[in-house]
Amino acid sequence: MLLEVEDLAVTFRDDREVRAVDGVSFAVDAREVVGLVGESGCGKSVTSLALIGLLANQNTRRVRVEGRASFDGLDLLRADARTLRDIRGREIAMIFQDPLSSLNPVVPIGVQVAEVLIRHRGASKPEAMRRAAELLERVGIPDPTRRLKEYAHQLSGGMQQRALIAMAVACRPRLLIADEPTTALDVTIQAQILELLKELVREDGTAMIMITHDLGVVAGLCDSVNVLYAGRVVESAGRHSLFGRPVHPYTVGLLRSIPRLDEDRGARLTPIRGSVRDVLPWAQGCAFAPRCDRAIEECLAGPPPLAGVAHTYRCVNPEALP
Amino acid sequence: MTPALVEIKDLQVYFPIMRGMVIDRVVGHVKAVDGVTLSVPRGRTYGLVGESGCGKTTLGRALLRLVEPTGGTITFDGTDLTSLDVAGMRNMRRRMQMIFQDPLSSLDPRQNVESILTEGLSAHRIGADRAARRDIVCETLDAVGLPRWALSRYPHEFSGGQRQRIGIARALVLSPDLIVADEPVSALDVSIQAQVLNLLARLQADRELTYLVIAHDLAVVRHISDVVGVMYLGALVEQASSLDLYRRPLHPYTKALMSAVPVPDPVVEERRERILLSGDLPSPANPPSGCRFRTRCPWARERCASDRPELRTIEGASGDHTVACHFAEEIEAA
Repeated sequence: MLLEVEDLAVTFRDDREVRAVDGVSFAVDAREVVGLVGESGCGKSVTSLALIGLLANQNTRRVRVEGRASFDGLDLLRADARTLRDIRGREIAMIFQDPLSSLNPVVPIGVQVAEVLIRHRGASKPEAMRRAAELLERVGIPDPTRRLKEYAHQLSGGMQQRALIAMAVACRPRLLIADEPTTALDVTIQAQILELLKELVREDGTAMIMITHDLGVVAGLCDSVNVLYAGRVVESAGRHSLFGRPVHPYTVGLLRSIPRLDEDRGARLTPIRGSVRDVLPWAQGCAFAPRCDRAIEECLAGPPPLAGVAHTYRCVNPEALP
Repeated sequence: MTPALVEIKDLQVYFPIMRGMVIDRVVGHVKAVDGVTLSVPRGRTYGLVGESGCGKTTLGRALLRLVEPTGGTITFDGTDLTSLDVAGMRNMRRRMQMIFQDPLSSLDPRQNVESILTEGLSAHRIGADRAARRDIVCETLDAVGLPRWALSRYPHEFSGGQRQRIGIARALVLSPDLIVADEPVSALDVSIQAQVLNLLARLQADRELTYLVIAHDLAVVRHISDVVGVMYLGALVEQASSLDLYRRPLHPYTKALMSAVPVPDPVVEERRERILLSGDLPSPANPPSGCRFRTRCPWARERCASDRPELRTIEGASGDHTVACHFAEEIEAA
């Protein structure tokens, strides 16, 4: 395993304690694409930020991170800041949702891409700039030598995201974490970017964690999928198993509530009642129980244990068995 | 075919581009909407789909004259809206309401729900007194599935889905004939999206509402619309019934759009053929000559640069299925 996350928990302490991530475990094999799916507030972004030590105030009194995250033998959660700085960008790279706010507005694109190579590969400036042009070309930015000198605002949203991807893959990292990389983009541009990511990870043999709310994106891209709800992985399986035979009522509910392009008009959607806000913060038991049609008394007793092999789930009254 | 409630003919909305230090002069126009003709049948839903910058929002706003059209006519229930004066238009807007994308920024944070919902009633002098207005407001709250205690609360106290229900209630309280919904569910989580989509469908059935739904999500648009129009750079490129558009997309852009929408089913995803478009949307200030889609079209030819294609029917397709492409037949046969 390239990355093994065990019982990751993140607690924010302000006026009160909020446990945003509550015992998340998942693993990423070399060359594997793993999806973390869930709706807003499920803890998917906090999980990824905690892994690479990028949460604001991480490891202070206000943010407590517990658990283990072993990346090729090194526990990321206990690594010191200097080690993490060396790993970020070289071994583990990240792509965020909004490209414009991830790019420096007053530094030309080329310099930003070259910076990664200078910092991690010890390249000289002219050498790094030459490589930067190659990278921009590789991610499909036309006329790369001219684009090197341009600033973020001169690029379209799709091109900005491509530039960020160029930076992320500059050092051929072993793990790429993509946090909603296409959510801010139009659907035809989204298709371009997803295709590009697929190609890059295949060519370089990079493993990828894809964080998204869009089950459609997951279906086309990920080898295995983890469905998150209220800070816990409620279901985890290979993508064919997960979409073919979903087990957890939340996963089933999500799939039933999405209008599908290949479905006729008038087909009624079956929404999940209530909203996440109705149940936060929950005291004990299954966090989904208050919105669940299959909830039984047992659901409120304690957190549902992990069940199943290969296709795992946390539910005491599942829709079906995997 | 039911008679049309809204008829839009050759609508144009141009925004001037200004330059200059002391004296502004107009150096060009952004042609946000450039010659759109469409009609919305009474009691039905017309879905307008397109990517950012295609002019779909501007078209929706121009329909209510929230932006002034540069040219063309808009007929609403037999009245030409472009000829109405300010007072006439204000009266007319009681019958045409709007739902916005982001409920938090379209609701006044300092107004409680009762005040938000009563404001329109007072402005249009509906309801004899406070008690009568309160009855209308309460009845509307029931219709959108919000509890009575919501009346004294403020928008920030609600979740995203509930806020969108407040936005819908605000539109509904005036008993309009037409509701223009601009991205009504795109800010919501998927489990909540379905609640709001079902609510819109139920309200339409109960109250014989006519909808113009504007959205970028083709799956959402197809789900709720009877007729779908696909917009690209200020103009319609294809228009068809929801079913025909999916079964037999004729315009290369529609095909590309359809092939780009991810379906939550790995089996479908694996067999799908993707038509990847190259490049980005050209600037609407300087659109390509001829067919506007030609710069990204895999089938573009010489004629596409010189002649701008009009919406037309093609042989074998149903009569209300129109497409603006010179080579639709050939592309389909290929």
